[in-house]
Amino acid sequence: MNLHQLVFWILSVIAIGGALGVILSRNPVASVLFLIVTFFAVSGHYILLNAQFLAIVNIIVYAGAIMVLFLYVIMLMNLNGDVEPQKSKLLQFAGIISGGILFLVLLAAFKTTQLSTTPINASTSIGLISELGQVLFTRFVFPFEISSILFLSAMVGAVVIGKKD
Amino acid sequence: MQELTNKRVAVDRKPMTFMERLYIPTIIKGLFITVGHIFKKPATISYPEQQRPFSPVFRGLHILNRDEQGREKCTACGLCALSCPAEAITMEAAERTKGEEHLYKEEKYAAKYEINMLRCIFCGLCEEACPKDAIYLSETVAQANYTRKSFIYNKEDLLIPNPNETH
Amino acid sequence: MLLLTIDWSFIIEKLILISVILGASLGVATYATWGERKVAAWMQDRKGPSRAGPFGLLQPIADGIKLFFKEEIIPTDANRFLFILGPSLAMLTACMASAVIPWGPSIELESGRIIALQVADINIGILYVFGVVSVGVYGIMLGGWASNNKYSLMGSVRAASQAISYELAMGISLIALLMMTGTLSLAEIVNQQHGFWENGWFTWNVAKQPLGFIIFLVCAFAELNRAPFDLPEAESELVAGYHTEYSSMKLGFYLFAEYVNLFISSAILITLFFGGYNFPFMDQVAGSVSPVVFSIICVLVLLTKTIMMILFFMFVRWTIPRFRYDQLMNLGWKSLIPLALVNMLITGAIIIWVLN
Repeated sequence: MNLHQLVFWILSVIAIGGALGVILSRNPVASVLFLIVTFFAVSGHYILLNAQFLAIVNIIVYAGAIMVLFLYVIMLMNLNGDVEPQKSKLLQFAGIISGGILFLVLLAAFKTTQLSTTPINASTSIGLISELGQVLFTRFVFPFEISSILFLSAMVGAVVIGKKD
Repeated sequence: MQELTNKRVAVDRKPMTFMERLYIPTIIKGLFITVGHIFKKPATISYPEQQRPFSPVFRGLHILNRDEQGREKCTACGLCALSCPAEAITMEAAERTKGEEHLYKEEKYAAKYEINMLRCIFCGLCEEACPKDAIYLSETVAQANYTRKSFIYNKEDLLIPNPNETH
Repeated sequence: MLLLTIDWSFIIEKLILISVILGASLGVATYATWGERKVAAWMQDRKGPSRAGPFGLLQPIADGIKLFFKEEIIPTDANRFLFILGPSLAMLTACMASAVIPWGPSIELESGRIIALQVADINIGILYVFGVVSVGVYGIMLGGWASNNKYSLMGSVRAASQAISYELAMGISLIALLMMTGTLSLAEIVNQQHGFWENGWFTWNVAKQPLGFIIFLVCAFAELNRAPFDLPEAESELVAGYHTEYSSMKLGFYLFAEYVNLFISSAILITLFFGGYNFPFMDQVAGSVSPVVFSIICVLVLLTKTIMMILFFMFVRWTIPRFRYDQLMNLGWKSLIPLALVNMLITGAIIIWVLN
């Protein structure tokens, strides 16, 4: 076991532990904080894959901006365990079934995938910003522009909703 | 209407020009003023070591005077208490007996003499009313304290030390 | 086996560097509190702290001792863990950002070993700083929420929305700069600003990106929660904001983290826009002294520039009154972001049609 693998295992434990904390903790604020911990661990994984740009953007955008807004809403709504609405038995049953089906699908998908034994011979600098920019604006320019239009429409929608009249 | 002074300035309610709305030139102008103050002499003095001179007409805490032989000058006439607009002074008179000539200058003296410093307005009328030059307002200020009672100064607090007595 | 694969001398070298940088930034931050009070006093024709030690130089230490010995109060019903985590996070993120700042040129020893005066030259340097700053918001948010006080909560919401709003304009103004430099690595950016004058123009980025610099500076004021944008902790109004319930050294951590941030962001501003450790005629100086001495001169130059930047922050604080909250948001969203976008477009146009 070398240093790389050691770090990988530590990060994986943190990521899975954090993800479990998100769904198991009763306090919504604690859930958000666990989610942030998970994001950090995932960013660590990105760095291990030499995708530094992705790692830092994950922290800036998800942990730094979106989660702050989540935290905002949850803090201002003053949610806690006492005022949590009780869900009906039917809803719980439906949740269990749909979750189980999703799990089965994932299991089937995992079973059919063949793990490639040969390491991927990508250049180590593929995750760096200049290479990423090259790829995004040449090979993936269409999906890139489509997603930017999606963001634009979301922004327009927010402005329309936010207008007073 | 006739103007009393020529200092009136009409308020300029024109909309701000582009340069003014930029805000940055104004900030730089303000910075010049404040940075200029760095090189000015501070108005503060380091108080206990350095003290500002009192004005010659300053009226501070009262003192009761003695004459050259160390005898109390006060004769308990009550004029100071009478003149006091704040009614801060109370006194009790007593007659001088044989053998007390070295203590009191006059035949009648103040056995009790109290000034309530919380009532006193330091107007100095007691000093002006005194026919014997016995009470003066000095250049010290009343010390802060915790109780109201401690602001009632009695004769021992007010009397200047006896020049003939050596401790 | 695992331990043998680690280059221990490298680790020790970095450890020494980290402790020196941490010590220096904490020391500068400590004396920035003293400097702030002195500057404020001088600007208001006062004397400032003068009792503790000569010129009041021991004042920050006295303040620290005072804060340590104050009673520590954690409000009932406050979330204890998060209440303590808040100031710790604020302090941690304040100290973390210093890792990517190049403090001086690399020293090449006679043995051929190169010692870099930068903890980590990662190729996303400036984005790392942004990441750390955006995480720093959590220190404020958690502190305000964990206090279980509605005024603290409102204060932290106010602070967080200010930070997020200005991060945007800051990022966009920086994009224009990064388009010119073509790199995110701070060491590379500093190297590009070598010297002072080259090819008939200044090498420092402030001359290449004047508008970007002004926008970045204004956003830095807002990110640092300093006047005129110090609404998150408006002492005289708004119930002091997110640290209302804090006392003792936990309050001290919040206040101190702000000064560490002041030092670090001044250093980053200098690195990005004022040539970092570069100074005029540095080639002539480098030729006449030994490399180690030259590196020390460079570090001193960077420190001098940084301290001048800190002084500028202080001068502005004691000159301009506090903004109102709607004015703050108007300035951020309606002036700075459009300006930064226009600046970005102009920069792109110039790069394509003029420089090529």
